[in-house]
Amino acid sequence: MNLFEYTRAASIAEAVTAASEPGAAYLAAGTNLIDLMKGGIATPSRLVDITRLPGLDRIEPQPDGSTRIGALVRNSDLARNAHVAKTYPMVAEALLAGASAQLRNAATTAGNLMQRTRCAYFYDPASPCNKREPGAGCQAIGGATRIHAVLGWSDRCIATHPSDLCVPLAALGALVEIEDAGGRRTVPIGDFHLLPGDHPERETVLEPGALVTAVILPPEAAAFAGHARYLKVRDRTSYAFATASAAAALTLDGGRIGAARLALGGVAPKPWRVAEAEDALSGASPDDAAFARAAAALVAGAKPSGPENAFKVELARRTVMRALALARAGTPTRMPALPASPFSHAAGAIHA
Amino acid sequence: MSIPLTLTVNGERRDLVLEDPRVTLLDALRERLHLTGSKKGCDRGQCGACTVLVDGRRVNACLALAVSLDGASVETVEGLAKGDALHPVQAAFIAHDGFQCGFCTPGQIMSAVGLIREMREAGEEIDVERVREGMSGNLCRCGAYAGITEAVVDAARADSASETREKAA
Amino acid sequence: MPETAPRLRQGAGNVGSIGEPLTRREGPLKVTGQARFSADNLPPGTLHAALCTARIARGRVTALDVAAAERHPGVVAVMTPDNAPRLAKDPDAKDGPFTFRLDLLQNASVRYANQPVAVVIAETLEAATEGARLLAPRYEAEAPRIGLDAEAPFKPPGVGIGQPPDEGHGDVEAGLAAAAQRIEAVYETPAQYHNAMEPHAAVAAWDGDRLTLHTPSQGLTAAVGRLAGLFGIPPKNIRIESPYLGGGFGSKGVISGPQVLACMAARLVGRPVKLVARRENMYGPMGHRAETRQTLRLGADGAGKLTALDHHTLTASSRFDDFFEPAGGVSHTLYATPNLSVRHSGVRVDTGTPLFMRAPGEATGSAALESAIDEMAIACGMDPLEFRLVNYAEVEPISGRPFSSKALRACYEQGAARFGWEKRPREPRQMRDADGFLVGWGLGTATFPALMFEAQASAELRADGSGTMVIGAQDMGQGAWTALAQIAADGLGIDIDRLTFEIGSSTMPSGGIAGGSAHTATAGGAIHAAGQAVIAELAQIATTDPASPLYGAGNAGVIARAGRLIRRDDESRSESVGEILGRAGRDRITGTGKASADPAAQKSYAMHAHGAVFAEVKVDPDLGQIRVSRLVGAFAAGRVINPRLVQSQYFGGMIWGLSFALHEHAALDPRTGRFLNDNLAEYHVPVNADTPEMEAILVHEDDPHVNALGVKGVGEIGITGTAGAIANAVWHATGVRVRELPITLDRLLG
Repeated sequence: MNLFEYTRAASIAEAVTAASEPGAAYLAAGTNLIDLMKGGIATPSRLVDITRLPGLDRIEPQPDGSTRIGALVRNSDLARNAHVAKTYPMVAEALLAGASAQLRNAATTAGNLMQRTRCAYFYDPASPCNKREPGAGCQAIGGATRIHAVLGWSDRCIATHPSDLCVPLAALGALVEIEDAGGRRTVPIGDFHLLPGDHPERETVLEPGALVTAVILPPEAAAFAGHARYLKVRDRTSYAFATASAAAALTLDGGRIGAARLALGGVAPKPWRVAEAEDALSGASPDDAAFARAAAALVAGAKPSGPENAFKVELARRTVMRALALARAGTPTRMPALPASPFSHAAGAIHA
Repeated sequence: MSIPLTLTVNGERRDLVLEDPRVTLLDALRERLHLTGSKKGCDRGQCGACTVLVDGRRVNACLALAVSLDGASVETVEGLAKGDALHPVQAAFIAHDGFQCGFCTPGQIMSAVGLIREMREAGEEIDVERVREGMSGNLCRCGAYAGITEAVVDAARADSASETREKAA
Repeated sequence: MPETAPRLRQGAGNVGSIGEPLTRREGPLKVTGQARFSADNLPPGTLHAALCTARIARGRVTALDVAAAERHPGVVAVMTPDNAPRLAKDPDAKDGPFTFRLDLLQNASVRYANQPVAVVIAETLEAATEGARLLAPRYEAEAPRIGLDAEAPFKPPGVGIGQPPDEGHGDVEAGLAAAAQRIEAVYETPAQYHNAMEPHAAVAAWDGDRLTLHTPSQGLTAAVGRLAGLFGIPPKNIRIESPYLGGGFGSKGVISGPQVLACMAARLVGRPVKLVARRENMYGPMGHRAETRQTLRLGADGAGKLTALDHHTLTASSRFDDFFEPAGGVSHTLYATPNLSVRHSGVRVDTGTPLFMRAPGEATGSAALESAIDEMAIACGMDPLEFRLVNYAEVEPISGRPFSSKALRACYEQGAARFGWEKRPREPRQMRDADGFLVGWGLGTATFPALMFEAQASAELRADGSGTMVIGAQDMGQGAWTALAQIAADGLGIDIDRLTFEIGSSTMPSGGIAGGSAHTATAGGAIHAAGQAVIAELAQIATTDPASPLYGAGNAGVIARAGRLIRRDDESRSESVGEILGRAGRDRITGTGKASADPAAQKSYAMHAHGAVFAEVKVDPDLGQIRVSRLVGAFAAGRVINPRLVQSQYFGGMIWGLSFALHEHAALDPRTGRFLNDNLAEYHVPVNADTPEMEAILVHEDDPHVNALGVKGVGEIGITGTAGAIANAVWHATGVRVRELPITLDRLLG
């Protein structure tokens, strides 16, 4: 780990000023940043410790029905918060399916949004990587690509976003509150993460020094509490990144779908949400045919970024289908023992 | 560069001065405070051998900068037993043969102590599958998982029973 | 709540310790964090060292930015080929099959990715680690040769440690030609890394030409010998302390380069040096299980009897040294066939040298053989257990020798009964659980040879009825601290609570190698012999002393138990150790013992442990995700010293088998030879939630021939059989036969 200057910010304004210096980075729990620094992937010259900024560790239901989640709320606190677990159950389920209990006890909400890809080439300083060094090239292309993207990738970068939390947040249309030198603003999470295009080094809309201060779940997100699931397909029963994951949420009204929310994880450079997929469900009967149409729309345009990830196109489609079936069956009254696992043994029939 | 900081470790105030801010909580414990019970298996938050409780919550000590935790309360495996009397989780690990080589054991035990507290706070039912999931952040290459799970379930049930007694009393 | 008494025991202790399910002797130290592993040592004045490793797999280092590293605050020295201490012996010199070539900064060449190319020594761990990064090596790289197709295969001189590459009898082609059913199938197993939880650590301190080294070792004597040769000092000048190993699995069986580098660094700077491998440093210079491609050709007659078995293994060793995975060995021992051919071929690749890894040969070989047997049973329209019984080997197939003991039939019977095997439908995709998951059942046969190395022990019995046993044995989690102490207590005829037991230092009599599942037999044998020597002398005193109630009983006429000698034919006549020694005017008796294989017995008998593993898996029919839901293993391995620890060894082995079947896979980019998953996030081993319900049945087996104690090893056999059983269960659940391990969900999407 390189030597760096350590400063602890007492206020958001102080933090933003300190972090606007070139080479500065914010330190919250550090569960991703310290790992990257140990690998020589991140070499910040200054760490601005924001863990003691006041007021960012609260979960606050708002009068308009939205919920404001402070940037520093720990993953486990968010998952176990009674209001969140009841109102946004798939957010809780996704959180509890991520990483390990130890990491969830430390990792923060904003940190989850900011986490970097698990692409092995990104993690290998000896491999060219356009994320680390713009224009250097992408060693992943033509390499081992089982975990890489089938949607949204470019010829500059085929990495996936590894977050679980961001998938239901994207499905529910969360807003990201940002503070920078220009003041405070909110950005829809769908616009917060950027596709790689020609500039994979730019992963979010944040300008240097900008600080995520909160994530806001809008009023309408509360409507899906009764039929919302997160499903995570992975290579170990626990403590593994998603091979593919899906968040699915429905409102059911007299045997028909009122509204639907869908997003995919583990298959694209950002949580993948497509309006047409949700439109295909709205007003439809919640049957497998409608689910199939929605799943097809969600993975429309999918293309393997390497032969080893070709299976993920079909896996993603099936994962969405299953997540929808689980959502249709209803949110379980208790969090499953194995959150988000196909083996959670919660309600939801399996269709062979 | 010298950075003073204070931690309360196993109930005892410990002052230390770091040469630079890179020192993780794990290396502060092991190399500066000579509390070597917490182990380094991966140093990247991938194995759980370094699990300690910080302000009552289990975390990976290898991914936390000590300087950022100035003032925090840290519990390590060295602080569990009271004299010769083992903590119930420690005793359960022995009784159920929940370890072989013993290298991951301090992390397993601190993780179990943290898990039992979490389950108690959440009023969660203690069942085998929840314990397995809750302990999945602690790798054991010897494959002592069956004994680990039995030990944690046993200790959690005992904890739950004692909580019930406390409430009744 | 479990009692807090650290050791749980049954019985009053007056019937001996062997066979009792004692809890671990060192358990209280391990659960309180007091067990001192190598990296927990920090002698005064210790400097920290970190490895700088190669990011190419073939070529040489052309430049290191030593100045940048030296400028970093806290860096004391940078050890490179330019200033590394010269060694008394070329680290590439081979003086035996257990000597492996080491990379010790004697030149700038790079032979594999992650090879150490420099060591940075600093006042703090942080400075050393960053110093290593700042060296930023530059290279002259050549294209690496990676994978089993890297070059044309050749016939290796030997496989494993000095075993012939090709063995067999009869005419396999004729046997295949005559068969009613034939199968030919190719199975691939990937490179795997030991990944003991404890990374190799070394804390080295020199005092003149005397070296003290804290480092984990499965073979203290061999490690001392290797270091003595490299540094040109007498073995007696070297003291290695290794009381606890945080797992070894073979990777600590021989001393590795980084452990020697710590000693060199300490010599360079003249201060104690602590070098702890980072996890990624473990993928390269510490050995691994080599990849294999195994081609199995089987023929069977109309009754399902094998007419031929041809087992060909292609495996890879490094470009610069020999270790060829002896995968075919299982076919030497498991199934009767008149025509048998077991062959190995090799290629050389630009990786570190492979090494023995828990059940070397048997793990890879049985994964393939047990799948092939399953496929043959299906081809014959037979139940896989029935097929195995039809082809049961009554004598060792490769040699024709009788088995010293073989209770495999009982393993099949007891395991099948416990598992409920008779309810298994013959066809695949027949079973579903209540949640709709596909369910499959599979079987694999387990086998591992009963080996024996050489060891010595020294013992002392005191007038107060206490005793001491000292042996440089090694506990890597298998339970040597406990099981060997049980043998020691019984050998001295005292209660285990009166025993002082010391292991884990090179200053002690050699305990041999903790490997090959042979440590209990070998070290235990030496302990047993040392105890016998002491008791024989004590008996000599008593039976020739007219004042003793044992007078005239003769040496063989007494037994030692609970601190007393007792007349064998009349247990009412006995005397305490104190009484006997008191009259003789002595306060103690000392003795030594040793153990090694009995060549005559080895010539006469084939010696193997056996077992049967039954697996149940569940597979998501749409998503392909797999979960093993149940494992039942029944194993026969001679006498059981401690059933609690033996069960744990079987469970651990079975989890390794599960890991072999579903998880482990070292991924290298063939373009660079670099690892893509040299970490524990992406190199998957099972987590707790992957653990199924498990049962281990300890099948009774008496073996009068295998060794003095009648014990066979239990540390490795659990892996064998399990991987095949799981692969067979996945087939039974899905109808999909995956012949390339690990079996991952993408193979089952259909």
